[in-house]
Amino acid sequence: MTVLAMVAPAAQVAGVLLGAPLVAGVMRQVRARLEGRVGAGVAQPWRDLRKHLRKQAMTPSGTTVVFSLAPAVVAGSALLIAAIVPLVTTFSPLDRMADLFAVVGLLLIGTVALALGGLDTGTAFGGMGASRGITIAALAEPTILLSVFALSLPAGSSNLGVIVAATAHDPWTVLSVPGALAFVALLTVIVAETGRLPVDNPSTHLELTMIHEAMELEYAGPRLALMEWASAMRLTVLLALLANLFAPWGIAGAGSGAGGFLLATVLIAAKVAVLALILGGIEVFVAKLRLFRVPELLAGSFVLALLAVTTSSFFASAVG
Amino acid sequence: MTMIRTALRPDTDAAGSEPQASHDARQGHEARSAAAAAWGGAATSLVGLAGVVCGIVALAGRSWSLSLDGLFPMVGVQLELTPLGGLFMLLTGAVAVIVGIYSAGYTRAGHLGGFPLAVMPIFVATMLLVPAAGSVPTFLLMWELMAVSSMMLVLAGHRRAEVRSAGVYYAVLTHLGFMAILLGLLLLSAATGTTRFAEISFAIGDVGHGARTVIFVLTLLGFGSKAGLLPLHAWLPRAHAESPSPASALMSAAMVTLGVYGIVRIDLDILGPGPRWWGLVMLAVGAVSALFGVLQASVATDLKRLLAFSTTENMGLVLVALGAAALLTSSGMRDVAALALAAGLLHLLVHGSFKMLAFLAAGSVQNATGLRDLDRLGGLARRMPVTTALFGVAALGAAGLPVGAGFVSEWLLLQSLIHRPAAGDTLMALTMPLAIGVVALSVGVGVVTMVKAFGVGFLARPRTDEAAHAREAGAPMLLAMALAALVCTVLALVPAALDPALRALGRTLPVPVATLGGVVIGPAGGLGSIAPAVLAAGMASAVILAVALSRIGSRRRPPAQSAAPLWACGADGLTSRMEYTASSFAQPMQRVFRGVLRPEADLSVVRAAGSAYDVEQMAYRERPTDAVEAHLYRPVLRLVRAVAGWVRRAHTGSVQLYLVYGGVGLLIVLVLAR
Repeated sequence: MTVLAMVAPAAQVAGVLLGAPLVAGVMRQVRARLEGRVGAGVAQPWRDLRKHLRKQAMTPSGTTVVFSLAPAVVAGSALLIAAIVPLVTTFSPLDRMADLFAVVGLLLIGTVALALGGLDTGTAFGGMGASRGITIAALAEPTILLSVFALSLPAGSSNLGVIVAATAHDPWTVLSVPGALAFVALLTVIVAETGRLPVDNPSTHLELTMIHEAMELEYAGPRLALMEWASAMRLTVLLALLANLFAPWGIAGAGSGAGGFLLATVLIAAKVAVLALILGGIEVFVAKLRLFRVPELLAGSFVLALLAVTTSSFFASAVG
Repeated sequence: MTMIRTALRPDTDAAGSEPQASHDARQGHEARSAAAAAWGGAATSLVGLAGVVCGIVALAGRSWSLSLDGLFPMVGVQLELTPLGGLFMLLTGAVAVIVGIYSAGYTRAGHLGGFPLAVMPIFVATMLLVPAAGSVPTFLLMWELMAVSSMMLVLAGHRRAEVRSAGVYYAVLTHLGFMAILLGLLLLSAATGTTRFAEISFAIGDVGHGARTVIFVLTLLGFGSKAGLLPLHAWLPRAHAESPSPASALMSAAMVTLGVYGIVRIDLDILGPGPRWWGLVMLAVGAVSALFGVLQASVATDLKRLLAFSTTENMGLVLVALGAAALLTSSGMRDVAALALAAGLLHLLVHGSFKMLAFLAAGSVQNATGLRDLDRLGGLARRMPVTTALFGVAALGAAGLPVGAGFVSEWLLLQSLIHRPAAGDTLMALTMPLAIGVVALSVGVGVVTMVKAFGVGFLARPRTDEAAHAREAGAPMLLAMALAALVCTVLALVPAALDPALRALGRTLPVPVATLGGVVIGPAGGLGSIAPAVLAAGMASAVILAVALSRIGSRRRPPAQSAAPLWACGADGLTSRMEYTASSFAQPMQRVFRGVLRPEADLSVVRAAGSAYDVEQMAYRERPTDAVEAHLYRPVLRLVRAVAGWVRRAHTGSVQLYLVYGGVGLLIVLVLAR
């Protein structure tokens, strides 16, 4: 058991590394089919990565080490989150090292590295993307932390392993008013943080409307590969976390054997695939919001999170 | 802030084409000023070192007191070491040691005259004596000496109008604050019948509720003005921006925290946690200050002004923690209250370390370029790599991100705010989520601010010639900044090193103080745990793994090309005029929060002669304003002016009339005193 628990973080990192391009591929393929196109196939992001990794590495003039290291920091923060959060087991040795607040902080480190990489190029579009991306991240912060609060209250802990284990023990707690509100708030924030519709359009070719893409315009070759890999990993790990926070069925606990771990791995992959299908399907039907309407969306999700926390407190005090 | 342009030419530049005759005299002068710089810096550092020693002794629990009755007429001077005072002496002393080293190099570059250099050790000494004061008169005396000596440092560059204006703001607001403190402490002494703090603590039980409330409000207002809290904050961005950078570092990292010392000492320690609304008031003042400070910082383009507003934000966060501690104590949740207090005190220390480093780095930039305006900086990473890296450490700390210095204390604060309220406690069930929202928004906007300061000021391409020809700072300045960065890193990775200090405080304060534990920080009363050092190690190995991933297939690649032209969407001939500036970076924030920032816009159109449509020239300016100044200060100033005008009617200039006034006044006094 303990050996399995020790191996679990490494397995999670490997799973996210390998699976992330496929998640991006699923979302693109769903979109293509719903729009009446054949699509490039689920494995296309992997083929793109292979292509980029074989290209020449370029360092644009006037950029510093910040530009060169930014993709590695974005990818590194996503990988560290993948090691920490309970995807396969709630009994990870890393669980006590970081709680949900720390995970949110690691996510912000990735956003900051992306923005600094964009600013370091000194081009107008890099600065523009950095300014927009970081503003949205700042405005999403209150919602995220309040959702954390709402999720920590029933479990009595802000450590992810404990929260997920508590929900796995009593799955109906999430089907409450606070649970639903927190889910919607968290989903909105994930969409904003990973640059999906309606906040940002990942497949846009129009620079003036770009947010995330504008920051990586100057990247090419291996660094671009790492950047795209990293954004797919961010999306994957956040979807997996969302799945396990609200539907942790089948996650391996303290007493699970090798079979339990295997089942948990298959289940989390299936849950992420379903979420990717749903999200990809929804994206077909929404248009990108104007940049200055995004704060309204985030303010709305903040109100939802606030309601989630206060109702959660009231329910708790009514029961307790 | 778009329109604020500050260009301080380094004095050394002015001496470019000097005749040979005065060359020798100049060299002699330079040697003398270098010696003076070394002595001045050493004096500051030594006074600071004494402070560090006293602070450690006090925290170790040695009580020591000294009474010099003959030193000051009637009341004498009483000094006393307490653990709480020791914490602030340790902070002030450590800041002074590092700033002393820095100012030795800073002065040599011709940026600090002999007079401010001589005042600096005195300023540090008074700051060390404020937390050592054992009685009300001594405290007030040291407080005022601290204000006067810092005033002299603010006015170091008094030939410029902005500096004089900053001096006026500082003098007026700090004395308004002093009046409030004076009244509050006099009331406290009168109500308890003694001036010694130790005896006041014993006698405080007899003081009525009304008197306590008045003392609380007055001291919160007065100490809040020193801590840069709203509404008496307006001096801080001006004084911090216009003083020489070593002085800004001393003021922001040490002096401002003494305002918090006053609040902890008088309002939490002596008056006790008090009724619930006291905690709520502190929480509200802290929350408003934090949000206001960080929003102003996010749109500021002057680097030092930005750092100054960030000080207001951080002191606001500390006050949120203190308010939460008071509120939780009165709700009977002493475990959680202990956590909040530990968060507040830790944040004070951490803020001291990263803000000192940030101001010192800003000073190096100003030294090298003569600029503070982010819109005109840029590209410093190549010219000043060490300063850039060190400012990066400070910015990471100020942004409150993991691995940075500010993370653990902000995490502790959040931990103290999330907990299940007692059944039926509606007030707590509503206050705590809102407080979390405030902390989260200030962390988020703080990230925007620091990305702007670092990304626009230090990365990208230089926007002016001054920035393009910057030179790296000298060895003493780099050494001092490296020391400050070391302190930041230690506090970020091993905050539990402060546990002995927190434990010592917990034994003396009426509100308990939590300790942090070992590598894994999971304090009692909190809901979660983190291990900052493990996170840092994990982050480092994850980044290495990512770099390794990007090397997959590198054997098949053509050789790497460095200094390739920027693609820039196909545009050719990019100039630095096309870069995003600090103003443009902050424009979305300014637009989203326009209700709070109230930007002033003005558009001027010059039309071609004889045409209604043909426009010759257009200019558009927008700059954020201080809504508090506009809506609180100006009406008060108008009122004061109106009253003064009304009183002036009695001053006709006729001596006979004045004699009549004097006679009538004397009669009234005699009748009343009969």
